[in-house]
Amino acid sequence: MTERRTEYKWFWAWDFEIEEKWLNEMAMQGWALVEVGYAKFTFERTEPGEYTIRLEMHDKDLSYEELLEDDNIEVLGQVLKWKYMRKKSEYGSFDVFSDIDSRINHMNKICTLIKIIIFLNLLSGLTNAHTMGWINLLLVALLAYGLGKLEGKKELLTRERELHE
Amino acid sequence: MAEQTALTESTFYILLALYKPMHGYGIMQQVLELSKGRIRMAPGTLYGALNTMCEKGWIIQLPVEDGSRKKDYKLTEKGKQILLGEIGRLKELVKNADLVIGEINND
Repeated sequence: MTERRTEYKWFWAWDFEIEEKWLNEMAMQGWALVEVGYAKFTFERTEPGEYTIRLEMHDKDLSYEELLEDDNIEVLGQVLKWKYMRKKSEYGSFDVFSDIDSRINHMNKICTLIKIIIFLNLLSGLTNAHTMGWINLLLVALLAYGLGKLEGKKELLTRERELHE
Repeated sequence: MAEQTALTESTFYILLALYKPMHGYGIMQQVLELSKGRIRMAPGTLYGALNTMCEKGWIIQLPVEDGSRKKDYKLTEKGKQILLGEIGRLKELVKNADLVIGEINND
């Protein structure tokens, strides 16, 4: 059986590019992601660089998964709204998005979700101000920081979009 | 948004590929072939664009045929008009560039 190893690591949604980079560094070292769970990553021994790993926030969607399958992309798992995928390098380069607009749309989806969670925590934090509400408010501060980071990246993409696609 | 504004390259090529009905992966292959390997359309981009164009009524999904699990997409009359309008706009761009620079190669 193929050798496997498991790592536990936490990434915030706004750091998904850092997460993806780490997963691809692992793949370059001959450890390709094969299973995902909550903050849990299982890798299998492969040839170095045999796979490219990508992440996308995308709800479970059968017809999308059929398209991925046609394109030789393997869906490794879904953690909440995040899809983890890999493609063998021999099938060519692998990106989820091939233009700026779709990258901006993806960022927008993540931002919208974070905004909803911020709103819910704010509501809960303010109505429970005398008990455990401070935890919600602390989370709001953290999420707002993450949102700011994402909005910054989105802004850069938007500015680039003004000149070309 | 007005529908007379420029289409993105992805949108343009998807509409062009769908001049003949085909399924999602077929579009990717067709676009790769048409652009002589230059445009490798990514699945997330293609899928998002297909959904948006369905909502706008530029394309429709054909019912799944027996024995096949893949849905074909087809250009609607509206989609065809959008595509033709864009081709006209692109021709105008090239024509104007030609006028100003005068040495563009129209092969």
